Amino acid sequence: MRKALLGLGGVAVLLVLLELVPRTSLVDERYLPPFSEMAGALGDSANTGEFWQALADTLQTWGLGLVLAFVAATAAGMAIGSVSALREATASTIEFLRPIPAVALIPLAVLLYGTGMEATLILVVYSSFWQVLVQVLAGVGDIDPVARDTARSFRFRRRTRALRLAWPTTLPYAVTGFRLAASVALILTITGELIIGTPGLGRLIAVAQTSGAIAPMYAFVIVTGLLGVTVNVLARLLERRVLRWHPSVREEAAA
Amino acid sequence: MTSLTAPAAAPGAARETACEAEPPAARLARYGRRLAVLLGLPAVLAAVWWIVSERAENFFFPPLSDILSAFGPTWFDGRIAADLLPSLGRLAAGYLLAVALGVALGVLIGTWPSLRAFAEPVLEFFRAIPPPVMVPILMLFLGIDTLMKVVVIVSGAVWPVLLNTVEGVRGIDRPLRDTARVYRLRPLTRLRTVVLRGASPQIVTGARQALSIAIVLMVISEMFAANNGLGFSIVQFQRGFALPEMWTGIILLGLVGLALSLIFRAVEATVLAWYRGQRRAQRGGNR
Repeated sequence: MRKALLGLGGVAVLLVLLELVPRTSLVDERYLPPFSEMAGALGDSANTGEFWQALADTLQTWGLGLVLAFVAATAAGMAIGSVSALREATASTIEFLRPIPAVALIPLAVLLYGTGMEATLILVVYSSFWQVLVQVLAGVGDIDPVARDTARSFRFRRRTRALRLAWPTTLPYAVTGFRLAASVALILTITGELIIGTPGLGRLIAVAQTSGAIAPMYAFVIVTGLLGVTVNVLARLLERRVLRWHPSVREEAAA
Repeated sequence: MTSLTAPAAAPGAARETACEAEPPAARLARYGRRLAVLLGLPAVLAAVWWIVSERAENFFFPPLSDILSAFGPTWFDGRIAADLLPSLGRLAAGYLLAVALGVALGVLIGTWPSLRAFAEPVLEFFRAIPPPVMVPILMLFLGIDTLMKVVVIVSGAVWPVLLNTVEGVRGIDRPLRDTARVYRLRPLTRLRTVVLRGASPQIVTGARQALSIAIVLMVISEMFAANNGLGFSIVQFQRGFALPEMWTGIILLGLVGLALSLIFRAVEATVLAWYRGQRRAQRGGNR
């Protein structure tokens, strides 16, 4: 209770500062409008279809990219992880490709797809894929040797082994990967919209900036922040819900 | 190659003998095998790329041979000094500043529970803002020069370090903290040997996340507005439809990312050597 109050106090102080600092001309009002103006601009744009369309576009690119990356990475991770020869052979390639920043692909994406949604989708899928893949590989590698040998002695079928042994062990890692990927995917979605000009909130920010509409620009930035918070909170809830059965909430495997 | 040392080449056998006095031939075989595992797939992929792109007529995917022959003239005639080094300099400045700031504030906030409760929602919000949107905002205040780019990197990379440091400081073993107090360790000693040490695994995790964010922001801030830098060059090539040159830029950026992650891993291995040892001991030494 006390904690929640203190937290609310922190938010309130931030808002008051955002209002007072420009009003008292500590910072040029042209660069940082008072919070009330940002809120007003947000209210104005909430009445336009353009804003909601942009929000929907952003969510669509984000969701589609995240799901594609998650499915592909989980499938690839389970396949690679369960064959040790494959695991060894691909390790160096994965370690090489993973640190390549997805933004390096921006020029290529622009050439291939222009400002279409696919251009941003490439970035989102590329960056989220590795987050999930690495976690799933760690998960498959974490299978208890005794349980594995037991399953083998009992001659579990391949399918049973995958469903009863590999999947439950991997799930906590996969969910962690999903949570990390969800926020990375949002960052790359907004980035793509901002730089490439794919429709969405990021493009609204870029347009507002170039047309000097500073208060709306801040308003959209605040919306992306709130979106980020929502994604984080939902991902954590999902994690708790999916892993209800898990004896302990595992420590995140260092990604 | 490995056929020279064929008798000992069975992988299982090689591994077992590794513990005992190992005949040189077996060791060679082991190294040979590791090398093959390490480079096998990359070599195959590169060969496939080479062969497929050699015949393809697709404008966007020029032959790998063209890309490689464009690499030298593109980068070694002055661009390393004119573009790559400024980028790396800004990255280093922004990243190190972000880590220092994040750890300092994180220790401060993590030490006082009330301060933490007060600041946490605000910090979570700032962390959740996708860092690239800070570029247009900071351009207003700072224009488009080097300072803006460094501040952009700091503004995005500081949050994971900060929040992880807070978590790390909070998670330090209570008895350990009390013991340090009972023994009247001086504040600075306590900070160094108890607080920072104890929080270092989390700090390193945060620093790793921060590094990839910092690289992204280095590139993006240059794509937005710049007159030099790696991101700037790549976009220039793309706008001029200089496809092989653009690809060399992408590859160079990939190599930079790879090199930085290797450096990070080396630093991590040193900083966290004590931690890995402890973990292994706790797991009962089953390798």
